[in-house]
Amino acid sequence: MYEKNGEKYFVVDGHLHYWNAAPDNWVPGAEQYAKGWIECFHAYMGLGPPETHWPLEHFQKYSEDDLMKDVFENGYVDVAVFQPTYLKEWYKEGFNTTERNALMGEKHPGKFVYNTRWDPRDGDEGLDVLRRNVARFGSTGCKLYTAEWNNGSRGWKLTDPGAYRYLEACQELGIKNIHVHKGPTIWPLDKDAFDVADVDHAATDFPDLNFIVEHVGLPRIEDFCFMATQEPNVYAGLAVVIGGLMHARPRFFAKVMGELLFWVGEDKMLFGSDYAIWEPKWQIEGFVDWEMPATEEFADYPRLGVAGKKKILGLNAAKLYGIEVPAEFRLPAEAGTPAAQDDAQLVAGA
Amino acid sequence: MTAPATSRAGGPGGSSSRASRAAAGHVLAALGTVRDPELDEPITTLGFVTSCTVSAGGDARVRLRLPTYFCAPNFAFLMVADAYDAVSAVPGVRSTVVVLEDHFASDAINGGVAAQAGFAASFDGEAVSELHGLRADFLRKAVMAGTDQVCRPLLAAGATRDTLLAMTLGEVPASAALDRLRQRRAELGLPAGPGAPLLIDPATGERIREEAAPVHLRRARATRIGIEANSSICRGMLRHRYGSAGLGQAQEQERNAP
Repeated sequence: MYEKNGEKYFVVDGHLHYWNAAPDNWVPGAEQYAKGWIECFHAYMGLGPPETHWPLEHFQKYSEDDLMKDVFENGYVDVAVFQPTYLKEWYKEGFNTTERNALMGEKHPGKFVYNTRWDPRDGDEGLDVLRRNVARFGSTGCKLYTAEWNNGSRGWKLTDPGAYRYLEACQELGIKNIHVHKGPTIWPLDKDAFDVADVDHAATDFPDLNFIVEHVGLPRIEDFCFMATQEPNVYAGLAVVIGGLMHARPRFFAKVMGELLFWVGEDKMLFGSDYAIWEPKWQIEGFVDWEMPATEEFADYPRLGVAGKKKILGLNAAKLYGIEVPAEFRLPAEAGTPAAQDDAQLVAGA
Repeated sequence: MTAPATSRAGGPGGSSSRASRAAAGHVLAALGTVRDPELDEPITTLGFVTSCTVSAGGDARVRLRLPTYFCAPNFAFLMVADAYDAVSAVPGVRSTVVVLEDHFASDAINGGVAAQAGFAASFDGEAVSELHGLRADFLRKAVMAGTDQVCRPLLAAGATRDTLLAMTLGEVPASAALDRLRQRRAELGLPAGPGAPLLIDPATGERIREEAAPVHLRRARATRIGIEANSSICRGMLRHRYGSAGLGQAQEQERNAP
């Protein structure tokens, strides 16, 4: 819970991790990839305020106590959604698995949502694992990383036939929320791995599932925005936008927020700290204080008010995940207007 | 053996090292024509060139770096291959070696470019074709972003959407942004002469219809912001990774830049 100027914000962190990327978890022969991955993450941390930077060693492996303190005690978060990333070709026990998250989270009832993951290249065996994970951890969401390396393959797309089998299984199993994270490799490698056209197709073909595109499709924000305008079940995950731009590049942050508010709208944007890349505390404080600059350059962007910030910081995600929000944090009915609707019509009519 | 001269540090005096330094300057200028296809900016100003030397005999050696170990290998390949071609074309250069360092696919890329093998052969089994389509897709994005760069000042000066719809490239006041837009359109084979409409569909070259103009201009703006935000993150990552300026690197103007 965060309170500022008499306003109370219920905070759902829609994207965080409990990883082990220390050398004891590196796969022999793949050390360069394990090291390269975590150092790349650590460079992202460098885009946050200097006083929030961690030494690499701590960043590689932080404790349960660190997480509870950074996220809940100091970080205002009420409920956090774990988004696993396996990378088992590089990390012996995986980078951040459903099990690792849940074993930690079980000690803190009510604090966490355990999303799981799947990879269409794992075939029937992977479907069994998915079923087991849903039964064991109660997962109602999945995190998909399309650039994962798997047995000589460097990645996949949501439109691959194998992926549709899994999306069908998700529907059967009661999984509602599909978080899509694009990375630099797919098959074939000559195509743009960050293209979001496959999410567009899947969202059309599976209208009962919600597709949350993480880091708002970065580095393809424009493609993501245009797609999200036309698909009612596509959402913007703000991980990286707030953490990577709000402090380091405030003018670009305002422009990216302006584009998202215009094309996607405040009802379909979800806060995610991407912890441990960035701590939630400074992101939440800064976001609540943030206002669209008043200068001409930003004049034709929608504004974001207190109600919109409440939605983005927690209420939107609470709705997607069925998280009970205490009455004091809720918005009065009809608060705010569903943004982007007129714009959607504008695009549809074009 | 003659000590190679870098374009940054001066070597010992003498006419041959002076000549080498001049040659290295020409090679660096050639590298300034190579763009990151995603960011539509020269690899020099982005800080991707770490060294550039030419021996007295004309052997050019270039080292490149990228913001992360996992930057997309297809774009990385294009930059290394384009750098190789640009350097090889400099008069007096007898041999060219371009090395991308600290990247997960460095070996495949450096080996493939050195052997002039093409992308599909360099990533055997992982790619089905060369990268022309990818390059064209990103040139079209550059055209959209460039459209916003040219139109925004016109709108600020009082032009209406209808004015923009009726305008030709020849009627737009001269600017660096206009030159750049025309150049990108020409590279794609799109109309780029003074009589061509300012607003065109970058996929077809057709003039934008009146009813499509609002969305076209909004998309142009979103595309520009997407590329600029991406570029901004890449610069921050590069600075965190290396902490030193590249040859010909330009600094970004923005508050709080770490």
